[in-house]
Amino acid sequence: MNQAIRHSWIAAIAMFALIFGAISFVQVIGADELKANPWNRRALIQNYCNDRGAIIVAGTPIAQSVPGSDSCKFQRTYTQPELYAGITGFFSKEFGVSGLEKTMDEQLTGNSDQLFLDRIGQLFLGNQPKGASVELTLDPEIQKLAYDLIPDGQRGSIVVTNPKTGDIIAMVSKPSYDPNLVATQDEAAARANISELNQVPGINLNQNVSGPTGAELAPGSVFKLVDTAAALSSGKYNKDSVLPNPAELSFPGIEYRLPNYAGGTCYTQNTASFAFALQQSCNTPFASIAQDLGRDAIANQAQKFGFGEELGDQLKLDYARPGFPTDLDGPGLAQSAIGQRDVRATPLQVALMTSAIANGGVQMKPNLIKTLRSPDLRIIDEPKPEVLRTSTTPEISRQITEWMTSVVSDGIARGAAVPGVQVAGKTGTAELGTDGLNNSWFTGFAPANDPQVAVTIVMQDVDITTGAQLTSPNAKKIFEAVLNK
Amino acid sequence: MTQTDGAPKPRRNIELLLLLLALAVGISANALVGVDQEKAFDTDFWFQSSLLAVAALGFHVVLRIRAKYADPVILPLVVALNGLGLAMIHRLDGPDDDTGNNQLRWTLIAMAVAIAVIWFLKDHRVLRRFTYISLAVSALLLVLPLIPGISAGEILGARVWIRLGPLTFQPGEIAKITLAIFFAGYLSSNRDLILLAGRKIGPLQFPRFKDMGPMITAWLVSIGVLIFQRDLGSSVLFFGLFIVMIYVATSRISWVVIGVGLLLGGGFVASNVFSHVGLRINGWLNAFTDEVYGRTFGGSYQIVEGLFGMASGGLVGTGLGQGRPNMVPFANSDMIIASFGEELGLFGLFAIVMMFLLLFTRGFRAALGTRDAFGKLLACGLSFAIALQCFVVIGGVTRLIPLTGLTTPFLAAGGSSLLANWIIVGLLLMISHAARGPVDTTPLPPGTETDNRQAVPAIPGQPMSPAPRRNPQIRTDTQTEAVRQL
Repeated sequence: MNQAIRHSWIAAIAMFALIFGAISFVQVIGADELKANPWNRRALIQNYCNDRGAIIVAGTPIAQSVPGSDSCKFQRTYTQPELYAGITGFFSKEFGVSGLEKTMDEQLTGNSDQLFLDRIGQLFLGNQPKGASVELTLDPEIQKLAYDLIPDGQRGSIVVTNPKTGDIIAMVSKPSYDPNLVATQDEAAARANISELNQVPGINLNQNVSGPTGAELAPGSVFKLVDTAAALSSGKYNKDSVLPNPAELSFPGIEYRLPNYAGGTCYTQNTASFAFALQQSCNTPFASIAQDLGRDAIANQAQKFGFGEELGDQLKLDYARPGFPTDLDGPGLAQSAIGQRDVRATPLQVALMTSAIANGGVQMKPNLIKTLRSPDLRIIDEPKPEVLRTSTTPEISRQITEWMTSVVSDGIARGAAVPGVQVAGKTGTAELGTDGLNNSWFTGFAPANDPQVAVTIVMQDVDITTGAQLTSPNAKKIFEAVLNK
Repeated sequence: MTQTDGAPKPRRNIELLLLLLALAVGISANALVGVDQEKAFDTDFWFQSSLLAVAALGFHVVLRIRAKYADPVILPLVVALNGLGLAMIHRLDGPDDDTGNNQLRWTLIAMAVAIAVIWFLKDHRVLRRFTYISLAVSALLLVLPLIPGISAGEILGARVWIRLGPLTFQPGEIAKITLAIFFAGYLSSNRDLILLAGRKIGPLQFPRFKDMGPMITAWLVSIGVLIFQRDLGSSVLFFGLFIVMIYVATSRISWVVIGVGLLLGGGFVASNVFSHVGLRINGWLNAFTDEVYGRTFGGSYQIVEGLFGMASGGLVGTGLGQGRPNMVPFANSDMIIASFGEELGLFGLFAIVMMFLLLFTRGFRAALGTRDAFGKLLACGLSFAIALQCFVVIGGVTRLIPLTGLTTPFLAAGGSSLLANWIIVGLLLMISHAARGPVDTTPLPPGTETDNRQAVPAIPGQPMSPAPRRNPQIRTDTQTEAVRQL
């Protein structure tokens, strides 16, 4: 019996060994991961009343800590809140942190490794903890212009980038919201505000499901740029290829027909060059290319443009990354190739695709951070332009640029033309159903021979006429504003 | 395990020294809490501290009189744990909460009951007379929460509470002790039959059903009731208690194999049949998924918040009163380990777990030392129950195993648990007194069966001599009346 008692004791000791191990794991080994968990509000509450670093655009803070009440020394406030809500996110005790407030939290609170010496200094001098400030690449004028170009009540996004550096010049979407409503220290008010915000259709406080970085939208005809690049790099097509352009494409065994857009001039020709097919945005030539090359070739090229892929470590925002669909039957592939059916893209993904074409086939990492400054204004980090991936060859990108230029000069994106400047562009109209509403796209860059700026606009749930008015002509205004600086 | 040479030593002075140390730990923890919350050393503090000290020293005096050979480490360990628990519960009290004082009241009641047990019982072997009464009491206690009128209804998804006037009480905690007494009594009486009679199938020897029947029935019924009451933690605890006691009684590892097999099988079936079990397991495995985290019932919010708290404590903790353990639901009861982890850090929590380890080790030591099979089984069962309860609770909080609603002995807020665990301590002290003292040659009180079987070695293959079987046989009959009356 005593032997069995000893064995029972050993069993009990073994259980306690497991307990010691589990405690060590939670409190030491795995503690950093738990502390970094987005649900963990302890760090937030710890730092909530400290003086956080500011988020700055062109010298003006758009998010900063101002002196607060006695119980909480600092309150986070946002200036021009709606304009920058999608970038800054919010800093709330009750609802957590989002946007740059979240991703740059270490720097803004002053806890990053780069600020180690500053922390030591604060310790000895007894100063209030203060974080680093973050200066953004955004241009406030372009940001404002882009924001105002989306009419109130209209859902849409605009992304303006420098294709050569990957710097984001402007990134806006509507409907937007006021982060001050969420960040207020009055918790009851914050709760009331957030339930009110949740009532507004289209507002979602998560950047990975809404706005330029998160809204997954059918790209429509702008996806034909992917088909074109896939065709040219396959070696089966060249700039002089003659593409089939029937009025409708039929599929064996089923009744479905994929038509060309009835309103355009596609119907005038049974075959088409790349230039014509892009200028008039004919559907059947690109559907045939996809059928010819197969799903993998299209998916491969989409991936090279960044669909379904990571966007690099300089963006510092949450984002979605939809990719080209996998299970596709014949009609499914054809429809997906013209940006319908199951294909989805975020406005930022489309902007990066266009930027890659503008930059000789090289996609730069999208970058939002210009400088990071310590509390004494010393620069502690300054991200350099970095290559994200190679999307296509310089030759192919030059060829596509040439055709895109003709889309603006002779095709359906004429509205984007800027006098005296060569503009390259492509429009898209993704049908959303049977009620005649579409996602209307423009993506393009200028000057075509030396790209300084790429503009991507999408307006959601619009009829064809409204969509045409809100995309290409607005792109023109942005091109002009950036190029005249 | 060598016993010191010569005459047994009471070592009560060592106990007194350790007890003063234990009181210093508990009281200074309470003082620290007060300092940090700017309500230091008021009259309340002195009053509460002296109550605890008086009770602990009173207990010590009782041991000097009634059980002077009792293990000198057990009482100080328990007083230290209880004191730390009081300090933490007090610290977690909001401005209008009174949980700390309530816990102190229950501590005093529980210590008084434990003292009474030692004072009036004198010798643990008396309990053997109550084998079947214990079974009846266990059954009654387990069924009470289901009886309309005294049932406190469903609290937090479990039906384990009864209402007595203004108080709620969890009778299952006491059933843990009575069931252990029944197991110990039954097994010590029928051990040889279970061991020797029966059939061998493959490498395993199975006892006859009529020898094991009452025990298995009692155990299945209690597990069944607990599952019906949705008290997962107690089911596991009773299961472990049963397995370890039958293993110690028979020294057959096959029981452990069968037991663990049943536990895994039963767990699998339960997780598929009972939605609340399935949710618990799902909440454990997928604690960090949005869907599980946000779920209102059976979600992982509580455990994840507890993990965040412990992670923020790190190695040395935030210091008592400096952390935010209140962010964790049930910070002063089910999750009190997370509160300690946060404020005392890994070091502090290790010290607490080490105290539990020492406590159950001293219990096992008493089991080894005592000379009667009943005492061995009871001490071993109760000690293992403490260890298993700690494992289930702390393992649940640290996400080693699914979280079940068991209390941390001596630390967590809750009167029933304190009472039960102090009674266990009283029993362990008594058994250790028998184990460490000089061989007791005085006759037991009338009616208590002397345990003479160890002197008569069983001859393998031979049926047992009827002599030791006679007495329990008579008792069995009288007590089955009680069972039938239920």
